[in-house]
Amino acid sequence: MTRTLSAPVTVAFDYTRSTGPVIGRFLTGLRDGVLVAGRTSEGRVVLPPPEFDPVTHEPVTDFVEVGPGGTVTSWTWVSEPVAAQPFDRPFAFALVTLDGADAPLLHALDVSSAEDVSTGMRVQVRWSEERVGAITDVACFEPAAGETGGDDAEPTEAGVVATETPPPAPADPIQQVITPVELDYLYAASPEESAFYRGLAEGKILGQRCPACHKVYVPPRSACPADGNPTTDEVELPSKGTVTTFCIVNVPFLGQRIKPPYVSAYVLLDGADIAFLHLILDVPAEEVRMGMRVEAVWKPREEWGTTIENISHFRPTGEPDADYESYKVHL
Amino acid sequence: MRDVAVVGFAQRQMEEFDGSPTCVELLVPLFGELYEQTGWTRRDIGFWCSGSSDYLAGRSFSFVQAVDAIGVIPPVNESHVEMDAAWALYEAWLKIQTGEVDTALVYGFGKSSAGVLRRTLALQLDPYTMTPLWPDTVSLAGLQARAGIDAGLWDERAMAAVVNRSLTDAEKNEYAIRKGGSSVEELLDRPMYADPLRKHDCAPVTDGAAAIVLAADDKAREVAERPAWIRSLATYVDPISMGTRDLTRSPSAERSARDSDLDGVQVAELHAPFSHQELILRSELGLDDDVAINPSGGPLAGNPMFTGGLIRFGEAARKVWAGEADKVLGHATSGPALQQNLIGVLEASA
Repeated sequence: MTRTLSAPVTVAFDYTRSTGPVIGRFLTGLRDGVLVAGRTSEGRVVLPPPEFDPVTHEPVTDFVEVGPGGTVTSWTWVSEPVAAQPFDRPFAFALVTLDGADAPLLHALDVSSAEDVSTGMRVQVRWSEERVGAITDVACFEPAAGETGGDDAEPTEAGVVATETPPPAPADPIQQVITPVELDYLYAASPEESAFYRGLAEGKILGQRCPACHKVYVPPRSACPADGNPTTDEVELPSKGTVTTFCIVNVPFLGQRIKPPYVSAYVLLDGADIAFLHLILDVPAEEVRMGMRVEAVWKPREEWGTTIENISHFRPTGEPDADYESYKVHL
Repeated sequence: MRDVAVVGFAQRQMEEFDGSPTCVELLVPLFGELYEQTGWTRRDIGFWCSGSSDYLAGRSFSFVQAVDAIGVIPPVNESHVEMDAAWALYEAWLKIQTGEVDTALVYGFGKSSAGVLRRTLALQLDPYTMTPLWPDTVSLAGLQARAGIDAGLWDERAMAAVVNRSLTDAEKNEYAIRKGGSSVEELLDRPMYADPLRKHDCAPVTDGAAAIVLAADDKAREVAERPAWIRSLATYVDPISMGTRDLTRSPSAERSARDSDLDGVQVAELHAPFSHQELILRSELGLDDDVAINPSGGPLAGNPMFTGGLIRFGEAARKVWAGEADKVLGHATSGPALQQNLIGVLEASA
């Protein structure tokens, strides 16, 4: 048996951001198949254009089209690509100074091996088939067609090389960009949490007691949040407890499993010093109250796993309500 | 200015921590060690400050969970930075300077192995023009290493020499997770990983935690025979764009050094997670050849995220406590390719 339990977890979110006028101009250009750089007060042509001038701090308003040819100024070989990179096979990341620009752009370079890339080599933009106004509208750079590459290749003047893609009909400028982010983890429980989940798989509710202040925590904590002592004593708790506080859920939300209205409540198990959140069912929502005595309703044993979901919900026991004094310090 | 010293240090480093990413389990014994070193209890600590990241943990408010390791009844004075805990040390030092508190415990923690570290770190980049390409940290360091090689500022041999010295020194460090020197030739014979970087040029993915105790004036003298007095702390930041700065330089490190008196520094613990970055830092800081660099083995031997910089300050302070040095330097970096830098000078005399 491993010391701790773990499970894969994926955290994903689509970040939606407004672009502002400068990045918006750059991304609008990408959608339309042109590379729009900014000219700084020192006369440098920078791609992507900086929003504010690095010297005067004024907004950048002077835009210049550059590329689509360029020169590699640095590169590295990605031998083991990670998820969502431009290629899922080995490729190069490169800094490419586009013709007409003074500062390089970071992007992928599509070559089949590290032997096929060198500093100073001539490259050109490969556009994505579908362009939406994002940095990924540039699919990657690729070795320049018809150029031998190497340091002696003459850069072409900015704007002289026609893009392969004819400019599409003008559309609204890009003002917003959506960046999906997805991260995969192997999430481990602490040793105490692992004991808790293993206990649930056997129909037991296990907490931990602080050796100093004797408070009992369920789900267990590695250290007593009150005094910082490691919790050393395992305690088995009963399935019965008291509702300390609750709310009636009326609002539907994504992923909701029960039809509103229903009750989410803090249940203080008998002998525990911290309440935990669970559902109160088998009773009309308006009858749930502070002090109500409840008990865990376990799913059929064959459905049990190392999960809190083994307890389907809590339901009233029918006992008289607990005295307010008995739970007021746990609110 | 108040005289503030490093008077306690404890750390853990490991390849793969099998516990919860909240790291409470690691922090409790670390705090215990620090109570032992100082003779204090948690009630003697005036301010707590941590460095960590939810992106590393894969859960929200992981730093709030970590507060369990302190115990918060009665309430504690607490803060957090989403940076290496060396910057938490900076905040704690400022807090002591205000006169509000006399002591502080600074801690950092992170379980880098829970996700794919070099990928997760792409989230610290420009979200419009960089993150969508997921440029991993190792690739960005590779671009920087190549730029210096092409410019003739260093070569693979110089990088391998940094690695060989680090891994040789790491043999004496019980916390190092990569150790064992060989020779520059043997290292150069190993395969490329992110050309021009070999795996040993890159700090190993490391889980861990570390903590440091700061104390002012007589409070420091009470608990340490030779407190490591913080003579200066300086931090600056370079633009995040990889295109608009000279990657072979680190102006923010140079500027931090300019704000510091580095004359007579005997030991420098440099937070260079890639071998060539140590070469950049040595040059930007103007360190003489007789300065001992990373005698602990440094980040190439172990580099827990959000802790690796703080560990440099702890390792530097230990040299002062032991009487092995009178003036030492701690350095921390954050961001891609040495974008953010923090330099602290510690001395045996206040």
